[in-house]
Amino acid sequence: MNIIKKLKDSLGKELGALTGLILLGAIMTFATPYFLTLTNLMNILRQSSLIAIAAAGMTFVIITGGIDLSVGSVLSLSSCLTAGMMVSLGWNVWLAVFLGLIAGGILGIVNGVLITRVPLPPFISTLGMMGVARGLSFVYTDGAPIYGLPESFKYLGAGMIGPIPFPAILMVIIYLISYFLLNKTKVGRYAYALGGNEEAAILSGINTKKYKTIVYALTGLFASISGMILSARLDAATSVAGDGFELDVIAAVVIGGTSLSGGRGKIIGSLIGALIMGVVRNGLNLLLVSSHWQRVILGLIILLAVTVDVVRKQSSEDQDGTLSSFFAGLKS
Amino acid sequence: MSSNQSILELSSITKKFPGVLALDQVDFNLKEGEVHALVGENGAGKSTLIKIISGVHKKDGGEIKFKGQSVDIKGPKHSRKLGISVIYQEFNLVPYLSISENIFLGREDMKGQTIIDKKEMYQKSKKILQDLGIDIDPNTQIADLGVAMQQMVEIAKAISMDSDIIIMDEPTAALGDNEIEELFKTIDNLKEKGISVIYISHRLKELWQVADRVTVFRDGQYIATHPISETDKDLLITEMVGRELKEQFPERDAEIGEEILAVENLNRGDLLKDISFSLKKGEVLGFAGLVGSGRTELMRCIFGADKMDSGKILIDQKEAKIENPRSAIESGIGFITEDRKKQGLVLVRSVKENISLTDLSQVMNGMILKDDKDKKLAQEYIEKLNIKTPGEEQEVQFLSGGNQQKVVLAKWLIRNTKILIFDEPTRGIDVGAKKEVYSLINQLAEEGVGIIMVSSELPEILGMSDRIIVMNHGEIAGQMDIEDANQENILSLATRE
Repeated sequence: MNIIKKLKDSLGKELGALTGLILLGAIMTFATPYFLTLTNLMNILRQSSLIAIAAAGMTFVIITGGIDLSVGSVLSLSSCLTAGMMVSLGWNVWLAVFLGLIAGGILGIVNGVLITRVPLPPFISTLGMMGVARGLSFVYTDGAPIYGLPESFKYLGAGMIGPIPFPAILMVIIYLISYFLLNKTKVGRYAYALGGNEEAAILSGINTKKYKTIVYALTGLFASISGMILSARLDAATSVAGDGFELDVIAAVVIGGTSLSGGRGKIIGSLIGALIMGVVRNGLNLLLVSSHWQRVILGLIILLAVTVDVVRKQSSEDQDGTLSSFFAGLKS
Repeated sequence: MSSNQSILELSSITKKFPGVLALDQVDFNLKEGEVHALVGENGAGKSTLIKIISGVHKKDGGEIKFKGQSVDIKGPKHSRKLGISVIYQEFNLVPYLSISENIFLGREDMKGQTIIDKKEMYQKSKKILQDLGIDIDPNTQIADLGVAMQQMVEIAKAISMDSDIIIMDEPTAALGDNEIEELFKTIDNLKEKGISVIYISHRLKELWQVADRVTVFRDGQYIATHPISETDKDLLITEMVGRELKEQFPERDAEIGEEILAVENLNRGDLLKDISFSLKKGEVLGFAGLVGSGRTELMRCIFGADKMDSGKILIDQKEAKIENPRSAIESGIGFITEDRKKQGLVLVRSVKENISLTDLSQVMNGMILKDDKDKKLAQEYIEKLNIKTPGEEQEVQFLSGGNQQKVVLAKWLIRNTKILIFDEPTRGIDVGAKKEVYSLINQLAEEGVGIIMVSSELPEILGMSDRIIVMNHGEIAGQMDIEDANQENILSLATRE
């Protein structure tokens, strides 16, 4: 019961993003008759799940005040490794998936170690990892896609449970787990604390290095889950998969209201952010807007979301102005 | 020269923030050429009033009259244009520009359209500085100036804008005694020019040197205005706290027990040299010394925040391996840092989350955080320490300094710490909250906690300690029992070369 109430609370605070999502949905419904159909909505969920799952991990990282630019490359490398193990080596599907996910987690741990032990700024360390993991993916596949994935593996991307795509169900499960981790465990509480004030967290006896590393490991793991879904859906693992993915993932988190300066953010916001991006892409496709213009529009949405966030923050800082009372009104 | 003409009249000013009535129909009247002190505890509404006058906040009600005319101050620019300047504690100077460039920043004299007239700015700056009785080259970089001189540049900047009113927020907080004298001379000088000064300070004593009148605020309300000559410190304090403050330092009845902490031959670079001392249960050990004498550095070493080069730390007569703050905390040490905003608190998180941060296990069942336990713990300490907050979910950044300090205290109290280090425990907090902190220190000592108190306020050291250690240049210059201590012998040890 408590969890449901909590969910309501956190939803209340992300009402801005949620309102945006509903508004976009309404606009698309009027703009094209193809939008509000069960098939199309399920399609959106399937498409959004990729970004949404990686965004769940990225939310933790951004709450700690960090960033992870390597998610796209980690997605590619882990899915290629899994595909290789299944196709070339003929290993058991689930063993291969498991090892691929472990690989993603390990890449995240390497990020975490570089960031906490060297220490390198997250931007630099994950930028390096972005190149290294992408490069390794090319080296491993020699640049050629790996085709012919087992049927049971393809279920991850194309399977349905009733009318609902399997990736969407996976996405919901990942968000429930992330919500739990963020709000009910030390990992989440310490992520907020060290993102808000790292020095105070250290002086409160928190092993900030450990928890930062956990958070990057989680992001690597989640990115590789997205990788499995993508390769399963495309029936191919490629070294070019997920190029530019990190920006979509970061955008989803930011649209969802998580502050890039750390210490603040809600997991549900990132889900809404990913869905907003999914709805916009899908709607623009239905309206036959060219993919070039889609980029422009998504860029504008990111700017709008951050502007709203900045304005809201400013007005709450001097505890003044109409916007904050507007948002306060929305909250209550 | 002070005349009877009012330059600024505020009446029935009201300002609401969500959940707080920051100013409740307050009045304030400033005469031409007077220095008018504004005093009150933190949270009394001084800063809010200043921000309304300077256009940072908009008032919700009341009237502002400037030179007899009713005005609606639209923003900081408007306020400056009217002739109101504010000198904040944090200066608004660009470190790598010169004095004259700073004075005229954004209002540069020009030769034609595009070229800055440096000569003209230099001459004007020189004249203003000379008028203030300051002999310095206006081409000097701000970064090369001390705090006091930077403040003078701020004052010069205000004068260059033809300000009629200069507001000074805690101008003496960062100054030494000599520099304070200089500042007061400058303020007298401003008065001669007919400039009015609103003077905010926590240091009541100095008001009799500098102010003409004083106004007291309490909890967002106007309490009284007095000519300074017709009041005294005790009366002001009574009005500020709303109750008699007979004893600034409450009595303590603690039994001093066995040794709980010993530091042996601790060294760290040039900062700390061969430090040895011990602390007993129930004892308050004061650390006096000048800023930079190594007190904070020593405490950081004991707490594991910095590494020592050599030396031993014994807790309960057993050697403790302290490698980082975590192991220090597990050994029973707590550290209330001097800078609570930078080191003590996660400002963007709630009171609740800050309090349980040092020991989450108390609010967990196994691996799971229990929100009800978390809330209960926070509520317990909000009540125990009389923390003024709308609730445990309030973000700490919105609390006043004294209440923030209580949240820091609560963080350590939940752990049943055996040894508690207070570094400047009452810096920047008001009289009422100070006394509450002192009572709490006493209570902890009575419960058998060993307490180290680093403080730069001698009355505090003398009023609270059982024993005093004086540090000087990274060494212990002397130790004394409280019976043998006085301001003179502490200062002579602290300043000995």
